[in-house]
Amino acid sequence: MKKLGKFYLILVLLFLYVPIFVLIVFSFNETKSRSVFSGFTLDWYKRLFHNKIIISSLVNTILVAVAASIISTVMGTLAAIGIHSMRKVPKAVVMNITNMPIINPEIVTGVSLMLLFVFFAARMNLEFGFVTLLIAHITFDVPYVILNVMPKFNQMDPHIYEAAQDLGCSPIQAFRKVVLPEIMPGVVSGFLMSFTYSLDDFVVSYFTTGSTSQTLPITIYSMTRRKVSPEINALSTLIFVAVVIVLIIKNIIENKSAAKNKTVGEV
Amino acid sequence: MKLKYFSAPYIIWMVVFIAVPLLLIAYFAFTTDGGSFTVKYISDVGQYANIFIRSIWLSLIATAICLVVAYPVAFILSRMEKHKQGTMLMIVMLPMWMNFLLRTYAWMTLLGNNGIINHLFGLVGLGPYKLINTSGAVVLGMVYNYLPFMILPLYSVMEKIDKSMFEAASDLGCNSTQTLFRVVVPLSVPGITSGITMVFVPAISTFIISRMLGGGSNLLIGDLIEMQFLGNAYNPHLGAAISLVLMVIILVIMTVMNQFDPEDQVLM
Repeated sequence: MKKLGKFYLILVLLFLYVPIFVLIVFSFNETKSRSVFSGFTLDWYKRLFHNKIIISSLVNTILVAVAASIISTVMGTLAAIGIHSMRKVPKAVVMNITNMPIINPEIVTGVSLMLLFVFFAARMNLEFGFVTLLIAHITFDVPYVILNVMPKFNQMDPHIYEAAQDLGCSPIQAFRKVVLPEIMPGVVSGFLMSFTYSLDDFVVSYFTTGSTSQTLPITIYSMTRRKVSPEINALSTLIFVAVVIVLIIKNIIENKSAAKNKTVGEV
Repeated sequence: MKLKYFSAPYIIWMVVFIAVPLLLIAYFAFTTDGGSFTVKYISDVGQYANIFIRSIWLSLIATAICLVVAYPVAFILSRMEKHKQGTMLMIVMLPMWMNFLLRTYAWMTLLGNNGIINHLFGLVGLGPYKLINTSGAVVLGMVYNYLPFMILPLYSVMEKIDKSMFEAASDLGCNSTQTLFRVVVPLSVPGITSGITMVFVPAISTFIISRMLGGGSNLLIGDLIEMQFLGNAYNPHLGAAISLVLMVIILVIMTVMNQFDPEDQVLM
């Protein structure tokens, strides 16, 4: 039974990984053939680094992800503070609307924002480009920040904020020294989540950006629509390697902090 | 100082960029270019019933396959030794961190007429088969892309099932099949329902997977919407009407799913 389970797990992992490994292998293929490996080359990588469109869309992707996740984290954390102190009914209304971009299919979020921008564009001289892209990213990022920060407020003892003020803290000091450390883990995970969502987003960006601000996923899409070029394979390989490195680092950090907590607990 | 004012910037943002755009969809769906009320576009959606049925059907199949494939994976993961679980889960989730376009592109090259699968068939004297541009390829693409969305929620409920439950069940005379259906399945219902929504919602609204793997003959609702906004068929009113119908379908499915969920914990 145990062996059967292992065998099944290996089958599923093969299903998940074989397509990616085939991409990686063929990124080193001399010819454009997708089925016969004829010889080793690094040409596709060289071409990739000389491809101005890919480099500029990579820069765009990082710019929008950094800007959107920072703005979302600040706005979302402030929002969580406010929502937490709201009465029951307005709280429920706000939370339900906040959940909309998460529940709705991405295409509906994208299309609805596009309609809004088209509506404004006619009246306010707004052009599709970096600004609309940034607004769209912030819009789907903030809910994730709020959903990560809110539970931290619910876990927090409400009296410690008051206690800090009784002991002579100004409200700002009380927030900085007492509340912020309590909610920090939620803020950090909200930031990381919105950053990765922004980095990876295709559908919403596709409907809300102009030709001047292409992101990497959009460039990848247009590459798959045109003639097949092994440059995509090279790009996939680099992204795969980057993902593996990031996840290994994440794992190491988590294990370290888990070990730290354990020793603290034992003491 | 009232703390609730901290949320003011977000409340404004939420109204302008979440609530108003959704209301605009409803507005566009029910108005003509001139702004007068009409149900023409909503009733026009009926012409595309075949596309709706295809989308629902293909995403249901994909969801069912994901459930069947993911269930044992989640169970095996949840019964591993604790320190192995984290690493194993990371290995299962790792492909999700690649952009889904690249994952779908990988299958494009595998399934293509000159692709590696047909090449391997050719070596043993079979084929070539028409693999790409079929509805089977679209289902495969959905399963490949969304399988981890099914594994994760299933794993997180199963991980909480205590080992003593199995011992108790077998002490009380259950064989392993009975234990599965009387203990594991009922306890994992919340994971099943959230897994189903997490796979079904993106599957029914996708437009890239169908375009990359399904060719021109396997249009889904997503493609239809995209064509109304960015394609040749530019017609935002019809596009908004289709989006509205899609939202209603998803709302119905989620309500049905919530009925099965004892803890009522799905996002709503």
